Amino acid sequence: MTVTTEPGPPSGAGSAPVLTGRKRPGETVIRALLMLAAALSVAITIGIILAVLQPALDFFRQVPLGDFLATRDPEGSGELRPAALPLLWGTALTTIIALAIAVPIGLAAAMYLSEYASRRSRKWLKPTVELLAGVPSVVYGFFALSFVTPTLLNDILSLNVSLTNSLGAGLVLGVMIIPTVASLSEDAFSAVPQALRQGSLAMGANRMQTTLRVVLPAALSGVAAAVVLGLSRAVGETMIVALAGGSSKSMSADPTEGHQTMTAFIAQTAAGENPPGSPEYNMLFAVALLLFAITFLMNMISIRIVRRFRQAY
Amino acid sequence: MSVASTAAREATAVVVSSGRSKDRNVASVVFLSALWFSLFFGVVVLLALIIDTAIDGAGRFDLHLFTSYEQGIAHEQAENFSELRGIPVEDLSNRFTGFRAGILGSLWLMVTTALLAIPLGVAAATYLEEFATKDTWYNRLIEVNLQNLAAVPSIIYGMLAAAIMGLLGFQFKGIVLGGAIALALLILPVVIITTREALRAVPTEIRQGSLALGATVWQTTWRQTLPSAVPGIATGTILGLSRAIGEAAPLIMVGLAAATWDPTGFTSKVEALPMQIFRMASNPQGAVQEAASAGIIVLLVMILGMNALAIVIRNKFQKSW
Repeated sequence: MTVTTEPGPPSGAGSAPVLTGRKRPGETVIRALLMLAAALSVAITIGIILAVLQPALDFFRQVPLGDFLATRDPEGSGELRPAALPLLWGTALTTIIALAIAVPIGLAAAMYLSEYASRRSRKWLKPTVELLAGVPSVVYGFFALSFVTPTLLNDILSLNVSLTNSLGAGLVLGVMIIPTVASLSEDAFSAVPQALRQGSLAMGANRMQTTLRVVLPAALSGVAAAVVLGLSRAVGETMIVALAGGSSKSMSADPTEGHQTMTAFIAQTAAGENPPGSPEYNMLFAVALLLFAITFLMNMISIRIVRRFRQAY
Repeated sequence: MSVASTAAREATAVVVSSGRSKDRNVASVVFLSALWFSLFFGVVVLLALIIDTAIDGAGRFDLHLFTSYEQGIAHEQAENFSELRGIPVEDLSNRFTGFRAGILGSLWLMVTTALLAIPLGVAAATYLEEFATKDTWYNRLIEVNLQNLAAVPSIIYGMLAAAIMGLLGFQFKGIVLGGAIALALLILPVVIITTREALRAVPTEIRQGSLALGATVWQTTWRQTLPSAVPGIATGTILGLSRAIGEAAPLIMVGLAAATWDPTGFTSKVEALPMQIFRMASNPQGAVQEAASAGIIVLLVMILGMNALAIVIRNKFQKSW
């Protein structure tokens, strides 16, 4: 720990000469403290895994895995309803609806911002799109419950949906993740080299053809990363589905019915009064473990795709 | 060649190279309108949301909204009043319900969250930008880990915070510190990422100048780099806090519950505005729904105010190097 731990130049400063002056213990202490703060982020991840894993393991000791990975609760299970697959299905259905909204609209907004907007108009158009991300999810949930379901779906589209339903929740969830998809895909579009566009335009293509046939394919991996991250956001979002997505498990494919999702289950059960240590309480953590595993996988896929696509140009 | 013809040729070159001249067929126009539609779809939804909610809550923009607790009117008072006006007591207390506990609680939570998240976040970002050598395995681990943490579902942070509160040995659930830990964990990645961007925007020359004058790395960071990055850090932090103030999911896990008192310290039981809205939104009574709508407008004003503040700071104080 002599030469290597000596404070080097700030890494932001590029390759400035290494300062090999006298030893400064104060500098080393500060560096160590700052590093500790950075390492805390790793501790948070480990903490999450430990906090969720312990009660989840207790749950699997109390309840057979087959009951957890079942499509329906076993007869006479009483208060504890251990089947998790309906929750997974509820999450999947809501997420599919959300992505059906967010992917086309987010991509189109990103295309306009990156390919059509002038530098000046982008400056105020981009914050307008991102404004949607600033609205709290509980507000979106209330909006789904008080406007989208009764007014838009029931009255205007006359769909005859139930009070809480996956369609309304999914649509509003889709609106919420538009900025995630738009912002990341715009980065991907902007990273496409200008030479590709010029080549396409030189061959006589117009801007639509250039955007759709040259820029979009070239940025496809970045777009995929944006979609996967949006997917991960949709899977993990809680308040919209807790308010507007329903509170009963269902394996039905009908989005006009309510489907309890994983996050809604956690929120609705946590608000109840289950004593810690009981199987009902521990099931929260088993579902949370499943949720964390899914979003972790999605995030890793997204990070991996982004990294690969950065190396392409 | 005359000046005019050169200028004309340049103008033509611009039009050709942008492909705009070929944009006038039907498909292109349809495509462009679809892009415009998508761009403004979000704004339209947001306007619909705000207008619908404001209309629903219009009847409740009174002082009770800020000064009363939930179902805040005293029972005897309500009985007297209901005899006078012929309104059922239950309905009446809902009609005077207010968000005092939620608003004060959210402010307490926000300040405590800031106290926890800002020092930690800025320290971590400073390490990563100014001290870390990027190619060591542990620094890469921290990088990937941060990207992942930014997308962890918020409700899971609530579970971690509940576990931490258990370890710290607090008996009561739903206190200021527990909620603030959950929210601080949630916004820590945001604070770190925006602080790093602010530090990265400070030009290398500032650091080199300071180092050349004999300052150490920490002196350079503390006296030159960090002060130059303050507007960027403030903007990012305020945006992070505005996210924290609207978040309800992690607070459910920490056990926040209805309160009819003001928080007095870090360990007093507390209510939060989004939590109060969440509970009221599930209650189908008309008066409660009306109050929830009004509460949402209060929350949106708080959040938009913080966003506006962040933009003002960015525009007014940010240096362009």
